[in-house]
Amino acid sequence: MSHNQPVYTDNDPQSELVTLNLGPTHPATHGVFQNVLQMDGERIVSGVSTIGYIHRAFEKIAEHRPFYQITPLTDRLNYCSSPINNMGWHMTVEKLLNIQIPKRVDYLRVIIMELSRIADHIICNTIIAQDTGATTTFLYLFQYREHIYEIFEEICGARLTTNIGRIGGLERDFNEVAFAKINKFLKEFPAALREFESLLNRNRIFIDRTKGVAEVTADTALSYSWTGPLLRATGIDYDVRVSEPYSSYQDFDFEIPVGTSGDIFDRYLVRNEEMWQSVRIIEQALEKIKSEPKGVFHADVPDFYLPGKEQVYNNMEALIYHFKIVMGEIDAPKAEVYHAVEGGNGELGFYLINDGGRSPYRLHFRRPSFINYQMYAKMSEGMLLSDAIINMSSMNIIAGELDA
Amino acid sequence: MAKATNTELVDLLGEKFGEQLFDVSEPYGLLTFSTTKDKVIDVLSFLKENGRINFNFLTDITAVHYPEKEQIAVVYHLHSMVSGIRVRLKVFLNERDPKIASATVLWNGANWMERETYDFFGVKFEGHPDLRRILNVDEMTVHPMLKQYPLEDPNRVDKKDEFFGR
Repeated sequence: MSHNQPVYTDNDPQSELVTLNLGPTHPATHGVFQNVLQMDGERIVSGVSTIGYIHRAFEKIAEHRPFYQITPLTDRLNYCSSPINNMGWHMTVEKLLNIQIPKRVDYLRVIIMELSRIADHIICNTIIAQDTGATTTFLYLFQYREHIYEIFEEICGARLTTNIGRIGGLERDFNEVAFAKINKFLKEFPAALREFESLLNRNRIFIDRTKGVAEVTADTALSYSWTGPLLRATGIDYDVRVSEPYSSYQDFDFEIPVGTSGDIFDRYLVRNEEMWQSVRIIEQALEKIKSEPKGVFHADVPDFYLPGKEQVYNNMEALIYHFKIVMGEIDAPKAEVYHAVEGGNGELGFYLINDGGRSPYRLHFRRPSFINYQMYAKMSEGMLLSDAIINMSSMNIIAGELDA
Repeated sequence: MAKATNTELVDLLGEKFGEQLFDVSEPYGLLTFSTTKDKVIDVLSFLKENGRINFNFLTDITAVHYPEKEQIAVVYHLHSMVSGIRVRLKVFLNERDPKIASATVLWNGANWMERETYDFFGVKFEGHPDLRRILNVDEMTVHPMLKQYPLEDPNRVDKKDEFFGR
């Protein structure tokens, strides 16, 4: 038996170590995570992560589905910020097809993606606080996630698994109500976030629980292929939005916050600052949209952009096109493409190989949660169990993205 | 530091490895090349440690199955954060005996990526410290991403390509 296999005790009363099955369903782990831990009192001696409890074979399914039927699969990766996944996938296909996207569409997408980033970070940061015992902050800020979902509802009709957008743009323009809701959110959210920070940033109990816990050096983080807020908390300013701008992120003025020690407190601060930067980006995007031609919400790609429903129901040609697009009957170039976007947890990559068939020959998701999580068991060695719990919360591992 | 270009990179690698790198192409600006399985660790460590190019970051490892060619391609995506470019390295293995050296000697992060590739394609990474299945159950006897395993009931005819003119 290799030392990495889960170790179960033989219930020897003389044994000093106790095996603790943390998960798969444990109230403190917020998802389906199993870690088999060897405990010496409250301290973890060693651990083994067992994953795959909600593996749904998305990569295999994607080999048998046309492009539009893959979008709902991406919803279910990181379901806390599914619009980023949807748009990342659509942008991958657009890259394959060399589609030029109008600026206004890019900006509308940026608004949606930054709202989802805020929603994602709200979940993570409030959960860290919740797991350290601060329920107030959780209840207080979490209602703004609800407001973001109301905006999504206005834009695409769905809340959690959004299936938002189309290849070439969005399925419909933002309506007045959506803009009103975004403006209302931008007006109210900063005050709430400021209050959230004032409850935690200088809170002695919170700092004692998080500062210096689970410190990670930049070298270790790079060696483990960490990306996203976790990597930035160690002091490396890598962000896909800046290093390889997509969807016109180069037009925006924003900063990439970095930490120094990579501990839980730094991760919390990095995520908080990213929410401020996201607010800044959304404000700029709303301003930029005003100078773009009104009513443009998709590129002119009739071969891949689905015709509107009113046309499909009343017009034979639109019906045929709709059918052909949904069934993947329109040829795409035979090529391979890698496209990365900055998801809530880090670099979300799509590696697509197209061989001219109805569905991809191969589609691989580079899932940040999967890659970030592999250090977890190793990090936990020597840690107190209660610290390991908040360490997991601060890594923001989403089970759907972990297991694909 | 200015962004290194793909041409510079090709020159540098050609100088060092010559004939051992082949199939060089640049789909969508991402430099792609292949090497043999004996050379893979040499190439990866050169890419990682050469001060001028410095591909310090392993983005991803995955595989692709080509049943007609009886091959499995292991695909590495590397990223140089300093010079801001990516490369893709492919190694084609015989599907009957897919064995390749493990990249865990260079990056700790390769561990789970290789376990995932082993789980789904059966590629054996030699020198891997803990090559077990990761997402599928341990009792599974096949490697499900290989093309010979159908997704759905193979007797189902309503989704056959010939009904759609292909």
